[in-house]
Amino acid sequence: MKACGRVFKYGDNVDTDVIIPARYLNATKGEELAKHCMEDIDKDFVKNVQKGDIIVANKNFGCGSSREHAPLAIKCAGVSCVIAETFARIFYRNAINIGMPIIECPEAAKAINAGDEVEIDFDSGVITDKTTGQSFQGQAFPPFMQKIIEAGGLVNYINEKK
Amino acid sequence: MGMTMTQKILAAHAGLEEVKAGQLIEADLDLVLGNDITSPVAINEMEKMKNQTVFDKDKIALVMDHFIPNKDIKSAENCKCCRDFACRHEITNYFDVGEMGIEHALLPEKGLVVAGDAVIGADSHTCTYGALGAFSTGVGSTDMAAGMVTGRAWFKVPSAIKFVLTGKPGKWVSGKDVILHIIGMIGVDGALYKSMEFVGDGIANLSMDDRFTICNMAIEAGGKNGIFPVDDLAEQYMKEHSKRDYKIYEADPDAEYEAVYTIDLSQLKPTVAFPHLPENTRTIDEVGEVKIQQSVIGSCTNGRIDDMRIAAQIMEGRKVAKGVRCIVIPATQAIYLQAMREGLLEIFIEAGAVVSTPTCGPCLGGYMGILAAGEKCISTTNRNFVGRMGHVKSEVYLASPAIAAASAVTGKISSPSELGL
Repeated sequence: MKACGRVFKYGDNVDTDVIIPARYLNATKGEELAKHCMEDIDKDFVKNVQKGDIIVANKNFGCGSSREHAPLAIKCAGVSCVIAETFARIFYRNAINIGMPIIECPEAAKAINAGDEVEIDFDSGVITDKTTGQSFQGQAFPPFMQKIIEAGGLVNYINEKK
Repeated sequence: MGMTMTQKILAAHAGLEEVKAGQLIEADLDLVLGNDITSPVAINEMEKMKNQTVFDKDKIALVMDHFIPNKDIKSAENCKCCRDFACRHEITNYFDVGEMGIEHALLPEKGLVVAGDAVIGADSHTCTYGALGAFSTGVGSTDMAAGMVTGRAWFKVPSAIKFVLTGKPGKWVSGKDVILHIIGMIGVDGALYKSMEFVGDGIANLSMDDRFTICNMAIEAGGKNGIFPVDDLAEQYMKEHSKRDYKIYEADPDAEYEAVYTIDLSQLKPTVAFPHLPENTRTIDEVGEVKIQQSVIGSCTNGRIDDMRIAAQIMEGRKVAKGVRCIVIPATQAIYLQAMREGLLEIFIEAGAVVSTPTCGPCLGGYMGILAAGEKCISTTNRNFVGRMGHVKSEVYLASPAIAAASAVTGKISSPSELGL
């Protein structure tokens, strides 16, 4: 599986309140949440994001609330992968559980620029910045998590197990 | 190699003699929690499963607390979804208007969590129950759905950081100041994926409410859980609140810790976290002149009876400053009633504060105290992210109930000592 798209770049500690503000948490559907994704730190994100685009951020991406609405909003906005130096643990779990691809890679998080064209090969964990020609080795998932991702999320994984 | 307290609880729930940091395990759960925001998403996920039977109707808790009494039609629909689900599956511990409280204050009070339990909750502040010697951690809605059906959850066994607390906190220093000090020291990702284990003779000088506050904010340092050893005070609390048997786990003497910090509680000062991260801490003497328009005293972090008493002690016979809205929110119906019986609510109302029914309300910018552009709020809640309590150009300063109450009176961020207390 591969992802390819243009990069939206953010800094440290992008929290779930800015990914999807609580004033929209009375909605539960991804399509509705996606309309407000990132609006408190980047009001143009929703206007500019295209299917397949990639978010690159520094440390502790997705910190704060446990709202699964956050990875759901990102996924439904069309984002194909989030690359970060580190992820907050609940966001990390949630992303895996809903089948939203994420990858930890401090070097890529640092070097990739906003607007770059980036390709990610999920099987090898290799991240390629096609704009600069640089490539990076991202951290592969442990086999247990790989199984959940391959099943398309935790619900399918459990369904297949029974 | 020995195990930490958290690792021992996880090993026992995974049916293993021993676990190591980094190991992936599946553990049995004693309780699965959700609220009116996260449960509808979980219920929706559960409906995609082949097996849609709950594993144990007594081991699921659904607490309507974030947007209730319902703030709008969508919130009402979400609560109705939870209510119908609870009815259909005969969920024993469903708490709606009239009996609800903020989930993390309510569950210990109702005796639903005890020492030795393994608990997941679709709310990040589920880590609160570590104060009772339980392993508890926040998850998302899909984990909640899987937990409701299977009674199990997958975990990566965490490594740990040890915090040795010594000495006795000084005047106006509470559990909130302890945890804000720690977050200021290690940062908002200082305990990422890790357990925060609190030990030391200073624990004896912390009330249960202080310990709940400390564990509650473990997530604000990125922690997987916070946990205290079980002492006489914790046992007494559980005996008073729960009919369930509890099990005490202790860390092995040779347990491995990634770091050990010793904190002398007697040296701590009241602490305030400046916008827009809980790690931006300053002690009260370094705050300077910060005028406020609102003071919020409540939440799963600081809406307990100790918090109400401290705030009332400061506000008694005083008035909320002109131009400040002071909102007091007892966290549960029982706390509300207790505060009423002790005359605390009268003190708040006479001071010019408003007292609300239990709700998470303003903490996450839901309702009941939303900020306009440029406004500043001192708050006993747990997050001060951009836009957390309202407009993206508003600001939240996190502090203890003592500071929030004193600030409501002076109109600027203040210590009670400025009022001669």
